[in-house]
Amino acid sequence: MPDTAAPTEVSVRAAITRALDEALEADDTVVLLGEDIADPGGGVFGVTKGLSTKYGSDRVRDTPISEQAIVGAAVGAALGGLRPVAEIMFMDFLGLCLDQLANHAAKLRYMSGGLTPVPMVLRTAVGGGLQVGAQHSQMLESWLTHVPGLQVVVPSTPTDARALLHACISSDDPAVFIEQVPLLQRRGVLDDTAVALGVADIKRAGTDVTVVTYGRQVHDALAVAESLAADGPDVEVLDLRCLAPLDEDAVLESVRRTRRAVVLHEAVVTGGFGAELAALISEALFGHLLAPVLRVGAVSAPLPYAKNLESLALPGPERLRSAIGRVTSYGG
Amino acid sequence: MADPDDDAQRSMYRTMVLIAACDDALRSAISAGTITMAYYSPRGQEAVAAGFAAALRRDDYLVTTYRGLHDHIAKGVPLRPLLAEMLGRAAGTGKGKGGPMHVVWPETGLMLTTGVVGSGLPIAAGLAWASQRQGRSRVTVASFGDGATNIGAFHEALNLASVWRLPVVFLCQNNGYGEHTAFAEHQRTEHVADRATAYAMPGVTVDGNDPLAVRAAVSDAVVRARSGEGPSLVEAVTYRLYGHVFGDRMSYVPAGELDAAWEAEPVGRFRRLLLERAVVNEEEATDIERDCARLVADTLDEVLALPEPAAHELMTDVVSGITHA
Repeated sequence: MPDTAAPTEVSVRAAITRALDEALEADDTVVLLGEDIADPGGGVFGVTKGLSTKYGSDRVRDTPISEQAIVGAAVGAALGGLRPVAEIMFMDFLGLCLDQLANHAAKLRYMSGGLTPVPMVLRTAVGGGLQVGAQHSQMLESWLTHVPGLQVVVPSTPTDARALLHACISSDDPAVFIEQVPLLQRRGVLDDTAVALGVADIKRAGTDVTVVTYGRQVHDALAVAESLAADGPDVEVLDLRCLAPLDEDAVLESVRRTRRAVVLHEAVVTGGFGAELAALISEALFGHLLAPVLRVGAVSAPLPYAKNLESLALPGPERLRSAIGRVTSYGG
Repeated sequence: MADPDDDAQRSMYRTMVLIAACDDALRSAISAGTITMAYYSPRGQEAVAAGFAAALRRDDYLVTTYRGLHDHIAKGVPLRPLLAEMLGRAAGTGKGKGGPMHVVWPETGLMLTTGVVGSGLPIAAGLAWASQRQGRSRVTVASFGDGATNIGAFHEALNLASVWRLPVVFLCQNNGYGEHTAFAEHQRTEHVADRATAYAMPGVTVDGNDPLAVRAAVSDAVVRARSGEGPSLVEAVTYRLYGHVFGDRMSYVPAGELDAAWEAEPVGRFRRLLLERAVVNEEEATDIERDCARLVADTLDEVLALPEPAAHELMTDVVSGITHA
């Protein structure tokens, strides 16, 4: 390809659709199921649009509004030799099907000594920042990372989304693939870089502080880092991409260099995945750190509807900038 | 559906005797302190297991529950790995890591034993979907108790299986109690099978202490499933003779009910029937009983001497780490 060729820019949504399309094309055992995922709608966010028309409505299959049946059927289909990709419309609805995910998908390999693996993917959307209220907005990834046996992925770019979804579908173990709705329309480069599960990515190299983050907050972190570039600290942005398995080496390698860390996620801070990261960093690098690890995330309240309150609840650039200021001036 | 030939009936009797012998040996060993486990006796439900298994092929799938020993044996799980799993030994079906509530044996179609009431039904639907997609005539049986029929998973699974015309037989082993709550106190329907109407599938209630009746009803449902007509609900009415979990004093059982249940006990009842029909004579029946008792005793002794899983098994099988290109 000539150097002058413009890179392909697509939306995260298009990258996900493409991954599903490619997986359906390549492997006859891949099937999709979920509420309203078939055409003409192709899912409430249009992520599966066109796929039932192309591959048939028995492979891209609408279900009743029946979350436990959806995830249970995915578990069973996986036990029976398929590679199902189930969609749960909003992550908040995990409460309706968590038994199937946490007690079955996650544990059946272990409890059978390896006889019954569950190669399934659960795709689910999160609407934080869209004024859809407290029951359609919550990032609940820490519910999932607390369960051994589940893989948990939160992509931030088109290339990562496509590559990681492929990695989830081809994995022999269950994976939850989290799609933040405000991110779906974000455009970016789509190339063929393969991404393995459990490999973090430095999205911006820096020397003074590491912001450990994932999903759409990667872009907030990059924006804050750029805004500080002229006369502030040099911020490294580490995109975890996958929370389980976690790329502990990448986290520690980065913070060992910068000696300061801020953890940023959309989820509520209390009991969130950031606590795990802060503990990991503190346990490994306690004497080496120049400041305590700070966490930035949502406040401990149900996500409010009113636009001003929702903005106050979610971790915006100001809170991140403030945390970076605190760790870089600590003790000084 | 005609009764099966004499050989098949003898084989069903043997299955029932083996289940009862195994149950007897386990309860004795727990009482004696030789082994320790939470044990959910299937004693009294032998006919359901022998009956449904006789209606299935080896490659048909089964999903069952923690009160599953009878189902496991009937579906062909060999005694050695089965008992080894119950005793937490490395030679168990799940290397001793699952335990009695999580026995699987894919070789003979046993794909799941769950400890969560009702959870197996949606999974059975998924297994059946896989068979439907693969163009196989394989059928999935979901076995569960009456207590499971009030949980959302039951209703979601029956509805999905109906809408998708999945080859599933929902087999309710109605043993009269959900944990300690009597059937009449946990639902108003007279028969679990009545609930099939809500999902536009056939529902039948049969005598669950008669293995031939269970076989006949499940066979009808299997024929329907194999021919692509969709799921059925079969309710086999039976009784759990030793209560919910080992040590249950059954103080919630009304006076006289247990005595009546023992009178209707299925293993002795089937024995009498086979003798009356001259399918077996007294000597043959006794031989079957002695063989099964010896097999169980020998296997249990052998398994007791087997090693527990190695320490490295602790972190093995959490995930495979394998990704297909």
